[in-house]
Amino acid sequence: MDAILLQVLNGLDKGSAYALIALGLTLIFGTLGVVNFAHGAIFMIGAFCAVTLSRILSLSFETIDPTKVDFLGNPATIKTPYVEAWFGPEFGGALIDWAVPLAILFSIPIMIAVGFIMERGLIKHFYKRPHADQILVTFGLAIVLQEVIKYFYGANPISTPAPEVFKGSFDFGAMFGFDPNVIIYPYWRMVYFLFAAVVIGAVFSFLRFTTFGMVVRAGMADRETVGLLGIDIDRRFTIMFGLAAAVAGMAGVMYAPILSPNYHMGMDFLVLSFVVVVVGGMGSLPGAVAAGFLLGVLESFASMNEIKSIIPGIDQIIIYVVAIIILLTRPRGLLGKRGVMEE
Amino acid sequence: MLGLNKTDSKFLLIVILLTIFTPILMQPFAANSGLDQFNGGYPDLMQKVAIFGIFAVGFNILFGLTGYLSFGHAAFLGIGSYAAVWMFKLLTMNVIPAILLAMIVSGLLAVVIGYISLRRSGIYFSILTLAFAQMCYKMAYSVLTPITNGETGLQLSLSDPRVLDGATTSTSLPVTNIFGLAMNSSYKVEALNRVFTFNVGFYFCAIIAIIAFYVAIRLFRSPFGMMLRAVKSNQQRMNYMGLNTKPYTLAAFVISGMYAGLAGGLLAAMDPLAGADRMLWTASGEVVIMTILGGAGTLMGPVLGAGVIKYLENIFSKINETVLHSWFHWLPDGIEEVVVWIFARFTGEGWHLTLGITFMLVVTFLPGGLVEGLKRLARLARKGRKKTDKFDESDPDHTPPPSKHVV
Repeated sequence: MDAILLQVLNGLDKGSAYALIALGLTLIFGTLGVVNFAHGAIFMIGAFCAVTLSRILSLSFETIDPTKVDFLGNPATIKTPYVEAWFGPEFGGALIDWAVPLAILFSIPIMIAVGFIMERGLIKHFYKRPHADQILVTFGLAIVLQEVIKYFYGANPISTPAPEVFKGSFDFGAMFGFDPNVIIYPYWRMVYFLFAAVVIGAVFSFLRFTTFGMVVRAGMADRETVGLLGIDIDRRFTIMFGLAAAVAGMAGVMYAPILSPNYHMGMDFLVLSFVVVVVGGMGSLPGAVAAGFLLGVLESFASMNEIKSIIPGIDQIIIYVVAIIILLTRPRGLLGKRGVMEE
Repeated sequence: MLGLNKTDSKFLLIVILLTIFTPILMQPFAANSGLDQFNGGYPDLMQKVAIFGIFAVGFNILFGLTGYLSFGHAAFLGIGSYAAVWMFKLLTMNVIPAILLAMIVSGLLAVVIGYISLRRSGIYFSILTLAFAQMCYKMAYSVLTPITNGETGLQLSLSDPRVLDGATTSTSLPVTNIFGLAMNSSYKVEALNRVFTFNVGFYFCAIIAIIAFYVAIRLFRSPFGMMLRAVKSNQQRMNYMGLNTKPYTLAAFVISGMYAGLAGGLLAAMDPLAGADRMLWTASGEVVIMTILGGAGTLMGPVLGAGVIKYLENIFSKINETVLHSWFHWLPDGIEEVVVWIFARFTGEGWHLTLGITFMLVVTFLPGGLVEGLKRLARLARKGRKKTDKFDESDPDHTPPPSKHVV
């Protein structure tokens, strides 16, 4: 029981990332009918938003402290971040420490802007082209975005720590009456999962309970009719694209402490997210979320030693195996709707 | 000639001539001149162009004819390489058995992957092939380490049996050869202030590439090729007519997988090592880019795309800031810095950026690829010449539109 719970927990954070990216992909596909291969790059840009903000906050000036000397005998230079000088060491230090969560606020406008530019500047012209063309052009875009980020941030992973409070792990098992020291879970992963749950809930309630969301859902069902009713559906879909970009971006921001951002992390996640979307069912939002968590948890179960000793190497390929089985037995995916990209 | 009509024979002949004289054609600039770095006439690059030409031609048989976009062709390339290296290790350093085995093994893998993947089409097919390729890649890294040697990659070693070659007493690793002629031996000619390298490996690749190309022409012109094109334009209608398209698409998939395996085998024959990196999905992406850039569905396109990309990749990677400074030193200082900075973003390390942008532009504005671009240029030139001609060829009302798939 302990082991099972542990694996479920371990799968949740990765599953959350898959679910968030897949949610965005499905939003884009469901609204605009576009297969977006650049979505992984958006996730990556989000992660680099966190890097950028933590760098901005730690921008510092140097002062020379004549009372201390370094090991060469020169007067020591002390770096003081500007924020600490302006807001005092306490608040400034806290700001720097909380750079990653703060980066969410910082990233939302950036990601929405990136989404708008992408949709208006490029993807708009590809609505009527075949899916193959959409895949190809967004694939090209992903390469370009990757290279741009690589130029500014270099090719090495940049470690971006979580706030001090969330460092370390807590004994999850002891809290729920299991044996202590069996289920140890890092705080930040729990935060990530809760965050993902909040974002997913927010997106769903936005679509379910607001007029805007209702119009968007109507547009997803029948774009033409909504257009005939005099609603500017294109503009709303563009906003949805921005929203999808923001969701992927936030997923990236929060993932930065778990996996140090590097320029090709987007591609790694993209392949898996596509598998997730297809497993969940093209165009089905709940399907994408469910499949994301399902595959994340399955992946962590497969990496248990007990299972690895029965089928060696299963942890590496479990996701693909599941995807292949599901695609062949349930062509629409787990929760796919009838008539959406069945062929 | 060889069952081809006149135009195709002429076309094939041109291709053969171009291939034979590649070592000369790729060396257009004199050594020690400022343009020396644009010369591409060294064996490594020429071999790569030929090999990736084969890869792209094979990919095009699937994507260009049937419209099935596979994102997992690198799996066949990788498995071909592994098979070839194992042949070098176990049997002989002669490349022929290695390449044959590479084709057989990749063909078998293609039957399995194709049989399953082709049950779906469109994006699902792309994802399925991608999933299979990633699976192969991950397995090559983990479970199959005894066969693939994991992260280190499969290499030759002195203790390999090599049954047919007999015991060698030498302390250095043997080189791949074809009946005794070493692949890496080359014959250098210095003439006209240029060094021309005629490399055995390149000519071996070139001959195979020409054969592969010939097979592709025959395939394009055959009833089978027609059937595949029909699949691309309307598969549903074919099904309604009572035709089962599955065997045709599967055959196309297997053929194209074997082409990829052949390319992988040749890669190993030129440089006898194989790593899992060759199966990574970026490698699949590369062949997609080559084919699209050149022109999918045309005969020449993929080869052209492979050549252009491999050539530019080599050339661009070599252009660093020092080279740029020597080019633009005649500009005023401030402007020079700016110009060099801008160019440096797209050359050297930034080659992938250039590739990505070019690829996006081609997909957006020139869906037919470079071949279509050349055709448009030719049409433009012709138009300019006979402006007064009333019955211009480009007049759509008087001439039927040209068939999309002819060269």
